[in-house]
Amino acid sequence: MARFILVRLARAFLTIAIVVTFAFVVLRASGDPALALLSPETPAEAVEAFRKAWGLDAPLWVQYVRYLFAVVHGDLGQSMRDGRAAITVVAERIPITLMLTAPALILNLMIGIPAGVYAALKRDSLADRLVMMVAVIGFTVPSFVLGLLFILAFAVELPWFPSGGAGTWHHVVLPVITLGLGGAAVLARFSRSAMLEVLGQPYIRAASAKGVPWARVVTGHALPNAAIAVLTIVGFMVGNLIAGTVLVESVYSWPGIGSLLVVSVASRDLAVVQCILLVVAAAMITTNLTIDLLYGMLDPRLRQLHSGRR
Amino acid sequence: MAHTLNRLKADAASMMRDEQGPCMEAILQIAGLRVAFDGVPTLRAINLTLARGESLGMVGESGCGKSVTWLAALGLLTRRAKVTGSVRLAGEELLHAPASRLDKMRGGQIAMIFQDPASALNPVHRVGDQIIESLRLHRGMDHRTAQVEARRLLDQVGIPDAARRLGAYPHEFSGGQNQRVMIAMALAGQPDILIADEPTTALDVTIQAQILELLRQIQRETGMALVLISHDLGVVSEICERVMVLYGGHIVEELPADRLLNQPAHPYTKGLLAALPSLDGPRQRLFAIPGVVPNAAAFPPGCPFAPRCDRRIGRCREWAIELASLDGDSRHRAACLHVTSEPPAGEVVAA
Repeated sequence: MARFILVRLARAFLTIAIVVTFAFVVLRASGDPALALLSPETPAEAVEAFRKAWGLDAPLWVQYVRYLFAVVHGDLGQSMRDGRAAITVVAERIPITLMLTAPALILNLMIGIPAGVYAALKRDSLADRLVMMVAVIGFTVPSFVLGLLFILAFAVELPWFPSGGAGTWHHVVLPVITLGLGGAAVLARFSRSAMLEVLGQPYIRAASAKGVPWARVVTGHALPNAAIAVLTIVGFMVGNLIAGTVLVESVYSWPGIGSLLVVSVASRDLAVVQCILLVVAAAMITTNLTIDLLYGMLDPRLRQLHSGRR
Repeated sequence: MAHTLNRLKADAASMMRDEQGPCMEAILQIAGLRVAFDGVPTLRAINLTLARGESLGMVGESGCGKSVTWLAALGLLTRRAKVTGSVRLAGEELLHAPASRLDKMRGGQIAMIFQDPASALNPVHRVGDQIIESLRLHRGMDHRTAQVEARRLLDQVGIPDAARRLGAYPHEFSGGQNQRVMIAMALAGQPDILIADEPTTALDVTIQAQILELLRQIQRETGMALVLISHDLGVVSEICERVMVLYGGHIVEELPADRLLNQPAHPYTKGLLAALPSLDGPRQRLFAIPGVVPNAAAFPPGCPFAPRCDRRIGRCREWAIELASLDGDSRHRAACLHVTSEPPAGEVVAA
């Protein structure tokens, strides 16, 4: 087990290093931050001074080494826009984004899994078809379209919720639903097929043959096996939620990480963008590690692979 | 001439056995059992009586209905299957009985083990817990007592170091050991009948013999009835007392096991036997029954075997298939025109 975690940690560091490098190169190659941040009529000497102050005049590899050195020492740089430490700028947005993503994830799981399992148990019934139809719609409509439709319906036509901004729980409702529905649809489809696959296995018939009541066959024999497959998709969904939050926060002017990322990329606020990417990469890696550990808990076959026994 | 003599001898032998024979108290009666999948009949009017403690073999090619018969009897087929007829366990009708009744019967009175033991055990539960689940369902034991009993059962089916192995998962066992676990699980409910659906097909040849021996030994010890579903005629004739041969959803022949290898009456049974390789004598080309089992939807009227039969005559196609005794011996019955009546002389064999 210890070896398994060590290997995973080593891979996590490698992943972060690649993300950091990629972000560094792409951001520098895609435009000059000095020109993006300063107004066009800024005198050339001032632009030059700005470049010198932020170390942008040095060759790229020197900048890269300096940056890496700083990151290793815990210094993620300063925001070019407001001069504060990038990590502070990002950190104050994290809880605001979590206010959307955490309920959205719960919504995903609470709607997606039961709907999929129910559809599988009632295979080919009207309920099954209905669930799958809604799931296909939820899965194909992009979240920004859904967001705009919701604003039109529930903020403009029926003024029940605000169309954007943050503050009260009223502000949370539409963005969370927008963010959660797509994932719930994906999860419903996946849970259904995972459950159907498991229900067709010989050990389900064998459990029935030994007299286990059907409700117990479903909860005790089928669900624990289906959970293994569903867990994989939950891992992907956390990634999707992070990606989705960028769009949804823009649509609803929600002041979270997603909005910050959009603004920072537009203004070439390099330190902040890199800091956000680091945070997202770390979140993804933590998620995947958690999921791998959960696999071990759910599937005894993997548990032994991890511990290297046998 | 010699043939008739043999038959007479066998009849005499069977009569002698009947005198000292076991009491034939019927425990399970299946009457007119039919199964259709999406309107396509796969099982056509199966009639079968199982006596307490007897061992019955069911043979036939894949798709002939030998497994479906028992899955239908236990109510284990999907909703797609339409099941009609009657299945009586000790006089009580099981077909379409309420789910709670069926749950008590399955595993408690009739247990079933399957072809591929590795996939018939739940991969995420310890084998001990799977046996304990049966014990708690059917014997109302608390967890501690069940644990002790589960250990005894694993011991009984010949798994060494039973106490420790209770905590292991199915993937940590070999195929043969998994089948032993399945048998232990089946024994947990102290059933009156054990249905073994091709229990050794997925196992190595050396393990097959061990598992069959275990089944035979357990049947002797517990006195339960054993139904062995197999396509291996040798195995069935060795383990069972009585054999039923199925073709196309019909029972085409029913006979004492000791007659299976040397006195089969139905052309299909004869064909199956002829298709077995012989171990002695000169090397010969293996015989194969010509043609294939027709698709269930496209079965001909009359005798289902007629299209592949080398003795078919015109009347085979109109004949309502029916089992009839051979030479007045009620234990040997076959569904073939040639058995019930001599074909009229001069009738042309259809090409």
